[in-house]
Amino acid sequence: MVSRQPNTSHLFSSGFSAICCALLLLTACGGGESNVVTGNRDGVLHYGNGTEPQGLDPHVVTGVPENHIIRALFEGLAVKNPVTLEPEPGVAERWEFSDEGRVITFYLNPEAKWSNGEQVTASDYVWSWNRALHPMTGNEYSYMLFPVVNAEAYLKGEVTDFNEVGVKALDDTTLEVTLNAPTPYFVQLMDHYSTFAVHPETLMQFGEMTDRYTPWTRVGNIVSNGAFTLTEWSLNRRIIVKKSEHYWDRDKVSLNAVVFYPMENVVSEERMFRVEQLHYTQVVPLDKIPLYRDMPDTPYVQAPYLGTYYYLINTKRPPVDDARVRKALAMSVDREKLVRTVLQETAVAAYSITPPDTLGYFPPKLFDYDPEQARALLAEAGYPNGEGWPGLEILYNTNEGHRKIAVAIQQMWKSELGIDITITNQEWKVYLDSVTQIDFQIARRGWIGDYVDANNFLDLFITDGGNNNTYYSDPVYDDLILYKAPKAETREERYALFTEAETMLMEEMPIIPIYTYTSKHLIHPSVEGLHSNLMDSLNLKYVKLVPGRTLPEALR
Amino acid sequence: MLRFMFIRILQALPVIFVVITATFFLVRSAPGGPFDQEKVVIPEVKQALEAQYRLDLPLHEQYLAYLGDLAQGDLGPSFKYPGRSVNEILFAGLPVTAELGLYALIIALCIGVTAGVFASLKPNTAQDYVPMSLAMIGICMPSFLLGPLLVLVFGIWLDWLPITGWGDIPGDKILPAVTLGSAYAAYIARLSRAGMLEILSQDYIRTARAKGLPEWRVVTQHALRGGLIPVIAFLGPAFAGLLAGSFVVETIFQIPGLGRFYVQAAFNRDYTMILGTTVFLSSLIVFFNLVSDIVAAWLNPRLRQQFQGGGS
Repeated sequence: MVSRQPNTSHLFSSGFSAICCALLLLTACGGGESNVVTGNRDGVLHYGNGTEPQGLDPHVVTGVPENHIIRALFEGLAVKNPVTLEPEPGVAERWEFSDEGRVITFYLNPEAKWSNGEQVTASDYVWSWNRALHPMTGNEYSYMLFPVVNAEAYLKGEVTDFNEVGVKALDDTTLEVTLNAPTPYFVQLMDHYSTFAVHPETLMQFGEMTDRYTPWTRVGNIVSNGAFTLTEWSLNRRIIVKKSEHYWDRDKVSLNAVVFYPMENVVSEERMFRVEQLHYTQVVPLDKIPLYRDMPDTPYVQAPYLGTYYYLINTKRPPVDDARVRKALAMSVDREKLVRTVLQETAVAAYSITPPDTLGYFPPKLFDYDPEQARALLAEAGYPNGEGWPGLEILYNTNEGHRKIAVAIQQMWKSELGIDITITNQEWKVYLDSVTQIDFQIARRGWIGDYVDANNFLDLFITDGGNNNTYYSDPVYDDLILYKAPKAETREERYALFTEAETMLMEEMPIIPIYTYTSKHLIHPSVEGLHSNLMDSLNLKYVKLVPGRTLPEALR
Repeated sequence: MLRFMFIRILQALPVIFVVITATFFLVRSAPGGPFDQEKVVIPEVKQALEAQYRLDLPLHEQYLAYLGDLAQGDLGPSFKYPGRSVNEILFAGLPVTAELGLYALIIALCIGVTAGVFASLKPNTAQDYVPMSLAMIGICMPSFLLGPLLVLVFGIWLDWLPITGWGDIPGDKILPAVTLGSAYAAYIARLSRAGMLEILSQDYIRTARAKGLPEWRVVTQHALRGGLIPVIAFLGPAFAGLLAGSFVVETIFQIPGLGRFYVQAAFNRDYTMILGTTVFLSSLIVFFNLVSDIVAAWLNPRLRQQFQGGGS
């Protein structure tokens, strides 16, 4: 018994040394500089980019992380100015409108080159738009090109000869596009990846024009025309792009490389930022925001975003088939309070579907938080003080944030109107199915604009629109959006028509606007030229790194 | 022994077949499809997409076609990641997840066996209660709590170790391996304590002690081999569990392994990916169970004799 004590500790210490060995296996000792320090020295931006991209083929993928990488690798005919969002030259050095805005002629920059040194030509665009619109490609964003004559008919197989589609290469550097009607936002769409050119010979080397899953976008295969070229793509780990030698505006590009990290876990992303492994985070965890906001010299940047959070109403299902009930519900949501408490000031109260200041368009505020009037409307509809109320259900996709908002609104309706509401959640794809089938009474919805124009929000609610989901239908509204607004001669006239449409929509209230989204990022002080804008659209060409700047004291 | 292995393999095949069939029809019965998005997809585009992935065929034909491809080792193209096959994604993530699982298992074994043996030497004393209480906490503490806690202490406050990545910065493998291994360390500690307690009361141990052997030789040379049989039996399922269950640790530490794809595939309705990962992981579980049965049989003299007697 006496001898046991030292012997067991011998055993224990041998176990302990085994652990140390195991740990040594994992490490190869050595401190290190952070990514930010080395990045600032070498001109490498470390960028948190949401999820692993589905792919990098501009005519195949959809989504925001894809957008960031594709727009580093490729460039459209026109790009958005990161401050004003107005179009500025990209591949096209200038463009002209003729035939009252129905024809646009793009003059391509002869210096615009593919990453293999070849010139980007007008016929590359014709080939690429054929691919983007071909029914076999299955391009989910093909509708971006629908303003072009016969584009929609070609996609739907009604026109089979692409020569009938309104896009012609007049010579190597002149591209003529004919539109169905003047479309003021069309040049803006040239910065959307679904309208980008791809290098025809490269694609054909790996398969047919319309193939979705060839390896042409892999490192070593891909030929692109943007400010950067692809040098590494490690699945779920990182994507590295480096400055292109052939890009026409290369003298303006300050960064030597960008590393995109798929960061699914927002909490890990914030931690990486704190230890200077990232220059930029895609999002900020909601519970950390008050902390960051109160910090002196905070790296937290919040800006309005072109997106609206709203509730869809099934206008055919009682009790919300009555516009008075819908209005009563809309008027008894205290949005300011919701934004202040649940959303921690990270959103802006919304009273219209279109976000304010969408390229100078300010939607009218047609109603306000007014419980008094809401109760009157509800009584008028036959439910005085909520008597005889048959019940109502709010549907949302499973998510803590959506749940909190639904609970808050449930409370507001209960206390202001005296009506009972149930809330129910469904897993994402099940929820999408319910929304598409319009199988709900009230459902949570968000819409993020594809381009900066009120049309992108208001045309959701045309009769039988794919994203209408409310059964709202008014021929006068359709006429305003589809025929009158496109024919407006001035911006003022056009915006007046949008105001009229917005008024009609809020009269019938098939949706309850709740808030306007914001973009939220942590940006290291060494990063310059990353401007906040409504599209949260970055142009890496303008980004610079300034060494020697550090995170605020509170974070170190 | 060979016959035993052969029978076990034969038993495993129908299990895997049932897994494939059940998974195939279950994922198809869930509402929503891989091409449903928040922004509605134009019907013509959706048709083209479904045709490219054979979703326009009747379900039984899709099933037979899938089985045909599977027989040739082809798990099909991913729906979510156009341009990548399920095989490619699996084989990109597997080495990382396997490496993480292996380190976690090594850590779990070192800590677990040491603590378990240590505790078994003086049962019902502080030497027993302290490691066993720690083991209980280890079992109860989920990795989504332990991981961020370790990151906070060792990564941010002390600034000793990197907090994310895999093989990018020296030392970045330590925290994920410890996080993943700790729950298993706790199980192993309890198993080895129980195993050792049983063995230490056997006659042959008393004989060894009576011979005057020092206690550490009694433990390491005589007791350990028998005492660790429950641990060995646990290792097979544990390793398969580590591979399948590394999702949380992989997201916390940004590790490019399999776990993330496994979980996201279900949310994305990435049919081929769900099937591929399920078939792959269920085969692994069956395989590791088989291996641990064989090792346990080989370690246990009585079982070994049984095979030799019955098998010849």
